[in-house]
Amino acid sequence: MQNIIYMDNNATTCVAEEVIEEMMPYLSEKYGNPSSMHTFGGQVGKKLAQARERVAALLGCEPDEILFTSCGTESDNTAIKGTLAMYPNRRKIVTTRVEHPAVLTTCRDLERHGYSISEVSVDRQGKLDLDELGFRLDDNTAIVSVMWANNETGTIFPVEEIADLVKARGIVFHTDAVQAVGKIPINLKESSIDLLSLSGHKLHAPKGVGVLYVRRGTRLGTFMHGGHQESGRRGGTENVPGIIAMGKACERALQNMTEENSRVKALRDKLEKGILASCPDCFVNGDTHNRLPNTSNISFEYIEGESILMLLDQFGICASSGSACTSGSLEPSHVLRAMGVPFTAAHGSIRYSLSRYNTDQEIDVVVEKMVPIVNRLRELSPFVKTSP
Amino acid sequence: MWDYTDKVLDTFHHPKNVGKLDDPDGVGEVGSLACGDALTLMFKLDGDGRIKDVKFQTFGCASAIASSSVLTEMIKGMTLEEAAKVSNKDIVEQLGGLPDQKMHCSVMGQEALEAAIADYYRRKGGQAPQTQKGNIVCTCFGVTDEEIRKVVHENDLTTVEEVTNFCKAGGGCGGCKGRIGELVEEVQGQKAKVEHKPKPAKPTKMTNIQKIQLIQETINEQIRPALRVDGGDIDLVDIEGNKVLVAFRGMCAQCKMAEFTMKDVVEARLKEFVSDDLYVEEVKD
Repeated sequence: MQNIIYMDNNATTCVAEEVIEEMMPYLSEKYGNPSSMHTFGGQVGKKLAQARERVAALLGCEPDEILFTSCGTESDNTAIKGTLAMYPNRRKIVTTRVEHPAVLTTCRDLERHGYSISEVSVDRQGKLDLDELGFRLDDNTAIVSVMWANNETGTIFPVEEIADLVKARGIVFHTDAVQAVGKIPINLKESSIDLLSLSGHKLHAPKGVGVLYVRRGTRLGTFMHGGHQESGRRGGTENVPGIIAMGKACERALQNMTEENSRVKALRDKLEKGILASCPDCFVNGDTHNRLPNTSNISFEYIEGESILMLLDQFGICASSGSACTSGSLEPSHVLRAMGVPFTAAHGSIRYSLSRYNTDQEIDVVVEKMVPIVNRLRELSPFVKTSP
Repeated sequence: MWDYTDKVLDTFHHPKNVGKLDDPDGVGEVGSLACGDALTLMFKLDGDGRIKDVKFQTFGCASAIASSSVLTEMIKGMTLEEAAKVSNKDIVEQLGGLPDQKMHCSVMGQEALEAAIADYYRRKGGQAPQTQKGNIVCTCFGVTDEEIRKVVHENDLTTVEEVTNFCKAGGGCGGCKGRIGELVEEVQGQKAKVEHKPKPAKPTKMTNIQKIQLIQETINEQIRPALRVDGGDIDLVDIEGNKVLVAFRGMCAQCKMAEFTMKDVVEARLKEFVSDDLYVEEVKD
């Protein structure tokens, strides 16, 4: 297989070597059940406790506030439905138009069950209108769910500020922080956030493990009933190797946070500057002042995203697009549409999302390849009026 | 990742007949930037009335570009009468197949060719044979009933979903799916496999909770999609006895037609699905 240049880390990441090493024994000889009374199982239980501490350290919270789940989506579902179950007289959810489907689809399904959903809009940079959000809160509101950082544009929302605003009204606040955790510093002790979702495979742990942070004292209904695991808040035998991997990945993320915000950010900026300088008629989507250090979303006018991705694929370059064609739906990305990015530019949007495994040389290759790809597709395009 | 045939991939990477012609005899343009794909096709005839040269430009995905390219190769050397008989099925066949959701790419090729031929006759001052336009059914993608009848007939489609895959109709807000179903039944008769959502019978007696739920459901499923087509939206604010209080959002909030929408869409649907006693009032916040 040819060399892969992987710039799709907001979709998923490679599992770090140290993480694989850490989890391997628990896939083979150390197969005990952490709930067992014997030492063979008990040693696994101790390892789980260590993983819980490592996750708590990254989030700046207590280990008993960490609830392990199967993925970010389960965490989001647990947070929203678990809160609604505790406040039967409150029938409204406030969220945003740019949430991940894990939140949006869940909310829209709840709408069918008699809940009302209020989706706060964003401006052209993808920024939230906090006044509008405040205006939508009322005594009927059970929960507010606002993502920490957007998966498509990398735009960071001021969730700590929003949490203060929401808590002042006595309403539960949840944030889907799947894209933010491990990329930007988080300290939950200093915030009013009640519930926070994260996903292992976005920070170099394997797929199949997630976390829901539940602040002490937060009332939350049980989403998955069963045994006494996770203090009775989520039944089902623990995904032991996954959880141990998650712990290690969080430990590594904490150690690498500075690098993420300096070296990875520099690579992203170099990529973005390189593309903008060499390809005419393209622009960056999102709030460039408040953005994840690894993400760049660029719209190329007059050409279509899937075609760009397929030509990049020839060179082993992996990215993604907000184009309609890539999703199998007929409409482009709901995030870019909510921002008011013209349909035309949304169809030609490409998201590059980096990780600490990317190199300077890879950035050079991608910039170099983009120019002929864009030129070629524009030669094909009926909308470029300047071409001969 | 789409499961494209080798022929689609090869044609996408090495398309033929890309570009424009000086002084073409016919030009067809279909689709738009907003729709996500668009195609311009132009041809020149030789002395015998055969297509001597043909060029295309396409904005779209790999299958749109590949469809355009094979189409131009197929029609080179044909008379216009022969070219007019090329259908989207022939394009798909040349490509060794397309994923279901990409069938509309082949239809777009065929439509561009049709438009270019019509343009040729118009330039000649003659009448373009059979250019019945029809009425718009899908407002999101601007698809007419004539176009839907045509894809249903030529590709032997039997479901609404297939129609969406072939010509995009119904793929936006979905508000026109009922009408598409009727068209499929009209063309295919017994062969049509259109699901009829049984119209829920109006319950005779309801508790307040049931009534509120049914009103919310009706708004979500019957009213909201229609408003969203025009960039509008609606929120249920409150229910006091038989008075339903709603607020218009988005485009609807500023719309002069709001009062009309209120009576003819919102109230009519609520009466139809929930109870004849209901009436609606708008609250401005």
